[in-house]
Amino acid sequence: MAASPAKNTSAPEAGTRVLTGDHFMLGDHACAEGAIAAGLDFFGGYPITPSTEIAERVARRLPALGGKFVQMEDELGSIAAIIGASAAGARSFTATSGPGFSLMMENIGLAAMMELPCVIADVQRASPSTGLPTMVGQSDILQARWGSHGDYGIIAYCPASPQECFDLTVRAFNDADRYRVPVFILMDEIVGHMTERVRIPEPEDLHLIGRKGPRHAPDAEPFLSFAPDEDMIPPIAHAGEGYRVHMTGLTHDERGYPAMTAEVHNSLVNRLVDKIRLNADDIAMYEEVDTEDADTIVVAFGCTARSARHAVAQARDEGLKCGLLRPITVWPFPETRIREIIEVGNVKRFIVPEVNLGQLRREIERLTHLPVKRLNHAGGAMPSPDEILELIRT
Amino acid sequence: MSATEQTIQPAANIHPIDRLLRADRLPHILCAGCGIGTVIHGYANSIAASGIDENNHVCVSGIGCSGRAAGYVNVDSYHTTHGRALPFALGIAVHKPELNVTVISGDGDLTAIGGNHFIHAARRNVNLNVICINNFNYGMTGGQVGPTTPIGAKGTTAPFGAVERPFNLPYLAKATGAIFVARWTILHVREFHEALVRSMQKPGFCFIEILAPCPTSFGKSNKIGDGLHEVEIYRERCQVQNGAPHLNDFDIDLLDESKPIVVGNFVDVERDAFME
Repeated sequence: MAASPAKNTSAPEAGTRVLTGDHFMLGDHACAEGAIAAGLDFFGGYPITPSTEIAERVARRLPALGGKFVQMEDELGSIAAIIGASAAGARSFTATSGPGFSLMMENIGLAAMMELPCVIADVQRASPSTGLPTMVGQSDILQARWGSHGDYGIIAYCPASPQECFDLTVRAFNDADRYRVPVFILMDEIVGHMTERVRIPEPEDLHLIGRKGPRHAPDAEPFLSFAPDEDMIPPIAHAGEGYRVHMTGLTHDERGYPAMTAEVHNSLVNRLVDKIRLNADDIAMYEEVDTEDADTIVVAFGCTARSARHAVAQARDEGLKCGLLRPITVWPFPETRIREIIEVGNVKRFIVPEVNLGQLRREIERLTHLPVKRLNHAGGAMPSPDEILELIRT
Repeated sequence: MSATEQTIQPAANIHPIDRLLRADRLPHILCAGCGIGTVIHGYANSIAASGIDENNHVCVSGIGCSGRAAGYVNVDSYHTTHGRALPFALGIAVHKPELNVTVISGDGDLTAIGGNHFIHAARRNVNLNVICINNFNYGMTGGQVGPTTPIGAKGTTAPFGAVERPFNLPYLAKATGAIFVARWTILHVREFHEALVRSMQKPGFCFIEILAPCPTSFGKSNKIGDGLHEVEIYRERCQVQNGAPHLNDFDIDLLDESKPIVVGNFVDVERDAFME
């Protein structure tokens, strides 16, 4: 791909879905561009700091591309609208931050239960409650995994740069369609409000996939909306395609009809979890730096990984055997790889810096009896390279 | 009646509207004397009469007895979460404007937990047909009072009588921007049918309140007896005021025998629909 000169991204070309080229771009805008490049049809959202620039960018760009932007009355409406649009076949998207993410939780469970693909960006800010609206947090990690009531599978990406805000948002749309789940882009205020080079590829290099549709005509036989293939994912028929589907948040059988029995419930919920759990190794993404011989491994994601990368490089310069493992998907957590690293036996301890009071650390502690050192900030500031380096040295 | 006792009828005896009902889901869960079945039947008849491709009809509902309506109609149908039928339906209607989306909701679903979505969908004039089956209480959960319960009427959470002023739904719908507003009862089968067909053919936010008995919960708590008794009340006290210029005093008090129940097609105006 030929890199073109950096463009003034305040005036993006109307009518061009994929802004191929190099840009000096805000993380929030890169996320919006990723969604647009991935074929976004419908955005329903509500303004909230520090995610608002995503909605603003989409509002400016999407109408000229034939997509629909609706500023909803609240986040309850935003999430319901994007799920409804998805039921009609839209690639649909919303963006929010902690308080709005909390409001969306009930219908995230509906999307999981109806298996309607959608993508939700949560630009994390210091929480709980209103917290520090303009300052960084990474404390929605566990809420993203467990926030709606009940058991279900989801996917969550944690971009660490504006480039990843673009790349992972494209990926999120593919995953949502492929696995029929809500997919989260768990950004944070620092990454969302950071401006860096973003290289947007040619459209054909985005590798977009679509949804798996019915394999027979509507009138040939009754369509079973929730009859899974071997990959555990049922083909999907959308509103208006003639298949007369029924979808409900109630426990349902393969026709989508309510089925109020413990057996049907057990089978359905296990499938909703297993379609992600059993594909976790395909979905999980991570980056490793100098982990091969490392006795100390720093596990860090999002903005914190940027500090950690710097600290690990400095530690190596000092001759310390130190590496970085950066989960790019926090869910599914790349636990197979971490188990392998532990199995090899070089690693003697982990360090987990994060802008919360230990949410990701629990995942590491779950996998090992080795010491797991913490470096936490409740929010508003992130661990500095020096603070991480200090822990590596001791 | 258990499903196993039903005999399969020869094809020639299938009711002409069966194709629009999910007959394989019958019998339904609704109580004897409940008015919701009448509304579902009316919706199916209106689809057939609408002149719109049946594959382009979509039904969305929320939670509660009325929320179960979506499960019995044989069109693309979505039984969503409590209060959120309207924004879910908005997503469908905006993404595929060629679809004719009807929301069937209860009074609590639509105007208590979903009240914010109601006023904003009406303000935007989203192209939806919204049916509110008003039975004056929360039936599914066993007869609690809600935003339409008349003052003094009893419910399990107001054992000494409701004390809050209830919504006058047509007034609310008109004030917030609905372009078609009607109120009928399940006794007014033909009028409801005509109002719904009109709604389907009219682009924009069309609202029909339909009063329906809930003998199991509201009726029993308020000495109304069975469903037929409540329909008798409708027959005796309903006054038709089509095109009434003012809706502000059209509150309903089922228990006050001196007060008329005003019904009719109140509003039918033109305004650009959302995103048109």
